[in-house]
Formats: sequence, C-alpha cells, structure tokens
Amino acid sequence: MRSLRLAAVLLAVFTGSLALALAQGDSRHSGYQDMGPALRKMQDDDTANPAMLFVQSGEALWSQKAGAAGKSCADCHQHATVSMKGVAARYPAVAGETGEPVDLEGRINLCRTNHQQAPALATESDELLGLSAYVALQSRGQPIAPPNDVQLAALRAKGAEIFRQRQGQLNLSCANCHDDNPGKKLAGATIPQGHPTGYPIYRLEWQALGSLKRRLRNCVVGTRAEAWPFDAAEYLALESYLMERARGMAMDAPGVRP
Amino acid sequence: MKRMLCALLLLLPGLASAQQDSMPSLTGKPGDPTRGRAIVANRSVGLCLLCHSAPIPEERFQGNLAPNLAGSGSRATPDQLRLRVVDAARLNPDTIMPPYYRVDGLTRVARNFQGKTILTAGQIEDVVAYLASLKE
Ligand code: HEC
Ligand code: HEC
Ligand code: HEC
Repeated sequence: MRSLRLAAVLLAVFTGSLALALAQGDSRHSGYQDMGPALRKMQDDDTANPAMLFVQSGEALWSQKAGAAGKSCADCHQHATVSMKGVAARYPAVAGETGEPVDLEGRINLCRTNHQQAPALATESDELLGLSAYVALQSRGQPIAPPNDVQLAALRAKGAEIFRQRQGQLNLSCANCHDDNPGKKLAGATIPQGHPTGYPIYRLEWQALGSLKRRLRNCVVGTRAEAWPFDAAEYLALESYLMERARGMAMDAPGVRP
Repeated sequence: MKRMLCALLLLLPGLASAQQDSMPSLTGKPGDPTRGRAIVANRSVGLCLLCHSAPIPEERFQGNLAPNLAGSGSRATPDQLRLRVVDAARLNPDTIMPPYYRVDGLTRVARNFQGKTILTAGQIEDVVAYLASLKE
C-alpha cells in the first residue's frame, strides 16, 4: 500500500518534471518561421496578406441573412470579435446538435443547414473559406486548446496512426517528413513541422485561399497515395491529431505559404 | 575452437543473403548514363533531387535530406548502387528512400500508380550507369 502511494508520488513528480521539461525545451514552431522575410512580411501586413480579401468577404457574409430561416450569423452570434474569439483554436470539436465531431468548416455548415436552413456551402468555396478565415482570425494569438472528449481522443489516436503509416508508391509517412526531417530541404521547399496554426492559408502556389484539408490532400498526393475524398473521416482524424500535436501553440491564421 | 568457427561459418550464408548488399543487372544490358542523368534530374520521373543533391548544376533546387550523389561511383559498385535504387529498405529498413523497383508491401497506392514500379528496369539500369559514372 505504502509502496503504491510512493509510486504514485514518484509518477506525479516524474510527469510534473516532464511537463516542465517540455515547456522549457519546446522546439515547436509555426510554418511561418520557416518562410523567408518577404513572405513573413506579407503575412504580417494585413494590407498585403491576400487572405485578408477573403476575410473581408467572410465578414460581409457574417451579417447577411440567408436560408429559409432568414437569419444571419450575426443574428445569433452577434459580434464575431467577441463570440468567435478562441473558437477556431478548439476545433475539431463535438457539435451539440449531432453529438458528432466536426471541424470548423463542418461546424459552419451545420449552422447553415440547421440554423439558417440554407444549403451547405461547397467544400473549398470562396464563401466557406471566407467565413472560416473570418472566424479563424478571431483566434489570432490564442493558444490551440483542443477539448477533452472521449470521441475526440479516439479520433486523435486514429489520426496519430495515420500520421505514422507509410503510404503511397513512395512509401512515406507524414512523420518521415514532419517529425523526422523538419527544416531540411525537399528540393526547393523547407519541410515545416506541419502545424495547423495558420489555416485557412493563402498559398502562392494555389493562387487561392485553401483549407487544412486541401493542404493535407496535397501531401497525400505527393506520396503517390490515393487521396481520400474531402468528406472522409481520415482528414478529421488527422486534423484532430495535428491540433493536439500543436496544443498550446499560438494561432496565426490566416497564414501565407509559398 | 576451430569447430565452433566452422559452425558459425555455416550459419553465415543465411546471414549474408538477408543482408546482401548488391544486385545483378535487371536487363542484362548496360544502361545509358546520359539518359540516367536526365532521369535523376527530372522531378517527376526520378524524384532523386527532392532529397539528394547531385552534380547537375542546371537544376537549381536540390534537396538535403540525403547524401550528395557526387562520387557515388567511387563509393559503391554498380551492383551495390542497383540494390540501393531498387529497394533501399533491404539495406536500411527505416530508410525514407522510396523503393524504385518494388510493388509489394506498399499501402494505399494511388490508382494510377497501382501495380507499377516508380522506374522501369531499363530506367534503373540507366540511373545505375549514371551513378557509376560519378567518380571522385
Ligand atoms: C516528402 C515529405 C512530406 C510528406 C511525406 C508529407 N509532407 Fe506535409 N509538407 C511537406 C512540405 C515540403 C510542406 C510545405 C510545402 C510548402 O510550403 O511549399 C508540407 C506542408 C504540410 C503542412 C502545412 C504546414 C504549414 O506550416 O502550413 C501540414 C499540416 C502537413 N504538411 C501535413 C502532412 C501530413 C498530415 C502528411 C501525411 C499525410 C504529410 N504532411 C506528408 C512535406 C511532406
Ligand atoms: C439561428 C441561430 C444561428 C445562426 C443563424 C448561426 N448559428 Fe452558429 N451556432 C448556433 C448555435 C445554437 C451554436 C451552438 C451549437 C452547439 O450546441 O454546439 C452555434 C455554434 C457555432 C459555432 C461554434 C461555436 C463554438 O463555440 O464552438 C460557430 C463557429 C458558428 N456557430 C458559426 C456560425 C456561422 C459562421 C454562421 C453563419 C453562416 C452561424 N453560425 C449561424 C446558432 C446559430
Ligand atoms: C525521399 C527521399 C529520397 C529520394 C526521393 C531518393 N533518395 Fe536516395 N537516399 C535517401 C536517403 C535518406 C539516403 C541515405 C541512406 C538511407 O537512409 O537509406 C539515400 C541514399 C542513397 C544512395 C547511397 C548514397 C551514399 O552515399 O551512401 C544512393 C546512391 C541513392 N540514394 C540514390 C538515389 C537515386 C538515384 C534516387 C532517384 C532515382 C534517389 N536516391 C531518391 C533518400 C532519398
């Protein structure tokens, strides 16, 4: 009995010091830090960041009435600057209406279909990206804080498994690049640690704003693996795992990437 | 003592084949180093420069995830280079170098690449001929 208590104390001391060590030696950083000065400047300056144009149209949509309910987002959520602060830093999360995990885009579409009684916005449409960029902007500087939930824990575990699974004709796992080789050059590109802090991003290569899913899809295709369809559970699992992996890091959406 | 050594030697062939470090020609014909260079340089055919650098100055963006290919021909024989390109995992199970001439043991390969090797046998021979020509 006493030895059990001792073990518990030792364990507590150990995990405590582990947490401290992690906090002191946190080598995680946003993909922002892997970019050159010109791109960093573009992201820092809201008048130069092309993603801000989408944010503006998202802001306009926020107070536009839609659907059979004739309601705007603002009718229920009032000022996004207040009601949406820190929200994007928590997603994916479980939706109250369905009891199912959704990502931010999925959450917005639930409001479209359930609360506005309007058709869901198409994946990667300017409207959906604009709204999610506008909502994500309200979490700038907020620490990523995934909710504690058993369903999400299961999803994260699934995501972690996919992250370490080698796949595709090139037989590479996400971890091979993002855990084992960050900072190195893959041809011209610096391999980032792969954190989701800045999404949605404006990617110069796309000449467009794109979601985290689109980014993940690009990486999957790069390994010559079969890309999952946009509504596949695998993305939600990977997104949940990536957010957990980035827990505590500051949100810096909307980002700019090469 | 001697008997023990003999017993050990008898065990060796198994060991040697598990860790074989070379492979004979896939086609029986010598490859073409000029074609091999073009394959190595091509980002969507050889993909080598994603990870490696090589003495191919006209390609500006080269990777640094892997050793520079300059001098490959001084460090290894053509048969050793061939095994490396065919399936580097046979030398290092944790390698990130893709298996260029293997179709089994892969997961979720995209439909358009299923059942296909990254390079053909002829292309492998061209690449090996190019690598072997890189002497230091
Ligand atoms: C061969 C290496 C490689 C593999 C394998 C790979 N990625 Fe990437 N990934 C990259 C590179 C390079 C970039 C940055 C590209 C750029 O910015 O031009 C990137 C970008 C990302 C980003 C965006 C990070 C940011 O700062 O915006 C995320 C997230 C990501 N990858 C996740 C994944 C996941 C999940 C997988 C597995 C399904 C994966 N990657 C597989 C190389 C890889
Ligand atoms: C009729 C009222 C109504 C409208 C209109 C509405 N929502 Fe919602 N929204 C809700 C409710 C209720 C919830 C909380 C659901 C729950 O229980 O989880 C919610 C939740 C959210 C959340 C998650 C908040 C959090 O803290 O997790 C976001 C993001 C959101 N809505 C965005 C939007 C956007 C964007 C629009 C406009 C396209 C919109 N909503 C329109 C009622 C509404
Ligand atoms: C995804 C990254 C990647 C790609 C693509 C790649 N390699 Fe490699 N290669 C490596 C790594 C890493 C090593 C170091 C040894 C190891 O880890 O297996 C290596 C080792 C080698 C070696 C042995 C080098 C030495 O000095 O020991 C040769 C030769 C080689 N690769 C040739 C090639 C050729 C030719 C191609 C293209 C047809 C290619 N590689 C594509 C990652 C890669």
